[in-house]
Amino acid sequence: MTTFLGVPLHRKPAPELSHPDPLRGSESFPRAARHELANTQLRANLAHATATIRAKRAQVVAEVPEWEALRDAGSAIKADVMVRLPELLAQLEDSVTARGGVVHWARDADEANRIVTELVQATGEKEVIKVKSMATQEIGLNEALEDAGIAALETDLAELIVQLGHDKPSHILVPAIHRNRAEIREIFLREMADAPADLTDEPRVLAMAARAHLRRKFLQSKVAISGANFAIADTGTLAVVESEGNGRMCLTLPETLITVMGIEKLLPTWQDLEVFMQLLPRSSTGERMNPYTSMWTGVTPGDGPQQFHLVLLDNGRTRALADEVGRAALHCIRCSACLNVCPVYERTGGHAYGSVYPGPIGAVLTPQLTGTTGHGDPNASLPYASTLCGACYEVCPVKIDIPSLLVMLRARMVDEDRSRRIPDGWSAAMKAASWVMSDAGRFAAAEKLTGVGRLVAGKKGRISSLPFPASKWTAARDLPAPPAETFRTWWARERGDQL
Amino acid sequence: MTATSSEARGEVLDRIRQALAASGTQRVAVPREYPKVGRWVPGAPDTIELLVDRLVDYKAVVHRVAGDAAVAATIAASLGAAGESAAVVVPTGLNAGWVAAIRTAGFEVLTDSRTAPVGLSRLDTAVAVVTAAQVAIADTGTIVLDGSDDQGRRAITLVPDHHICVVRADQVVGTVPEGVALLTADRPQTWISGPSATSDIELSRVEGVHGPRRLEVIVVG
Repeated sequence: MTTFLGVPLHRKPAPELSHPDPLRGSESFPRAARHELANTQLRANLAHATATIRAKRAQVVAEVPEWEALRDAGSAIKADVMVRLPELLAQLEDSVTARGGVVHWARDADEANRIVTELVQATGEKEVIKVKSMATQEIGLNEALEDAGIAALETDLAELIVQLGHDKPSHILVPAIHRNRAEIREIFLREMADAPADLTDEPRVLAMAARAHLRRKFLQSKVAISGANFAIADTGTLAVVESEGNGRMCLTLPETLITVMGIEKLLPTWQDLEVFMQLLPRSSTGERMNPYTSMWTGVTPGDGPQQFHLVLLDNGRTRALADEVGRAALHCIRCSACLNVCPVYERTGGHAYGSVYPGPIGAVLTPQLTGTTGHGDPNASLPYASTLCGACYEVCPVKIDIPSLLVMLRARMVDEDRSRRIPDGWSAAMKAASWVMSDAGRFAAAEKLTGVGRLVAGKKGRISSLPFPASKWTAARDLPAPPAETFRTWWARERGDQL
Repeated sequence: MTATSSEARGEVLDRIRQALAASGTQRVAVPREYPKVGRWVPGAPDTIELLVDRLVDYKAVVHRVAGDAAVAATIAASLGAAGESAAVVVPTGLNAGWVAAIRTAGFEVLTDSRTAPVGLSRLDTAVAVVTAAQVAIADTGTIVLDGSDDQGRRAITLVPDHHICVVRADQVVGTVPEGVALLTADRPQTWISGPSATSDIELSRVEGVHGPRRLEVIVVG
């Protein structure tokens, strides 16, 4: 059964790549969603996990009476950062450089991967440890390093589960949210050479197995790679917000640290942390504060990595910035609150979106970062992966109006289609409806036909199956029986004298 | 900067300027209507009460004591019985009386500084680390270390499995903005809120992953 969303179906297969594109799936959202929805284990895991985190977030947000004022500040700071990007990036570069860091600029994923690979090669190391980072997911850094003979070890527990399971992340914050404890135990037993034989599926036992597995790596690794949650332009400070301590290990113990950061992650001043260090943890993990936040400014002699490289990444961000929809999406601080409240995400999970950025924000951000190449592009179907219920906007800590952005993207696709010579079924139906509804006589005649609908619906009052082309609708959902009386006849009978 | 890098820099900045020309260059005023200070002044009994409540909620062990002598006794009690050749790490600027108490309790003391750091493998064998703190934020149950001489290098509070952290009452502020205002970007910082934790398995919280699995906070005064 297909769920007809008015989305044009995927016609052109995506070009074959040596590694899967981190920002583009191989099929449209409705098709991918079909496979995912068939996985009942996945749906159960997601329902449990998203319900848990929704409740946690709601509780800690309710503790802050001034939450809306914080959101207003966060939203405005981000909007102003976009206007000042050239100036703030130059300022960040100067402050990082003044403190002994080296700043690199990357126009796209390939360039960023090349820079990082060369930096690792210069150290002579064949293995690096990684802090969970969306930017490095987005550019496919692990695969690029692998091609250069460098092993990148993910140290965040969920990322480790995904990496060991040869799987793809399905959530911005909890990439293994689609796995339950029994599946994780199996992955550890199969893939982790030093996993204890008596491993149970107790979360504590699994976490301790990961601790033991990673401990030696943390103490021996010479190079770490991270992303950044924030970069403070006027001080050159970078911040990584985390829970497990794997971030601290990577940011503190190795000799060389390489941080890859999207150009939009800037905050102008140190003081701005007072807003974002309140908004992010509560929105993200539903905690008043995450267990560990590390902040560092360039290199501190005698404390932490003595070589620090910062790679500033464009990779489609300037394309998004040029567009009012994309520009608003760049305010995102990757908290993932919108994923957790989304009724579509909760059912399909993250893989259906085909991008490392799933969920409501991913449906806006992904096509804006990549651009789309017409109906055949799977990313063109993402703006339809929403019921437009508005829950994502309500929880967004920086007030990104995701439903409005999705509607704007949909409107653009419809507008592009207006120029097509041969209308498809959807636009033909819309044109016919428009012809009927623009004339009172034609509309009244059409209303008379609703009586037929009542006959078809019968006693159950629902129409479950209609011939083509209406079958496209009824294959996905029932149609309620038309009412016995139309509004216009009711009005004429009850209030006709008032006209 | 290499030629490629400077070319990339120029191009990214050009693209940004062109993008802004297309989508708007109007500055945005930032409203800061949220409260900057807490209901109670820093160090007030209610502020301390709130900090303790938040710390305990995130599974830190909290002791409230009055005076340095009591701190020394509490540190010794928290460390428990010294096993054979058990070592405790301290930063070079830690209160001498507390360090003496650790020695008296039978532990070897490993004094660490940026210029004379304890090696990583030695650090890994230490049973605990004792430090002071720079700021504590009551609202969120957060303790901030900034690498001052009585807090030390970031590695020493990360590798040992047991962190005992001494916070003075006058260091406890109510809100995140109050805390941020007292900190400076010049120093590397670690904000600690409870022991390390993960929620990566079915969103159920497990305390103690890679950082110290035991966090004990001694609030003085």
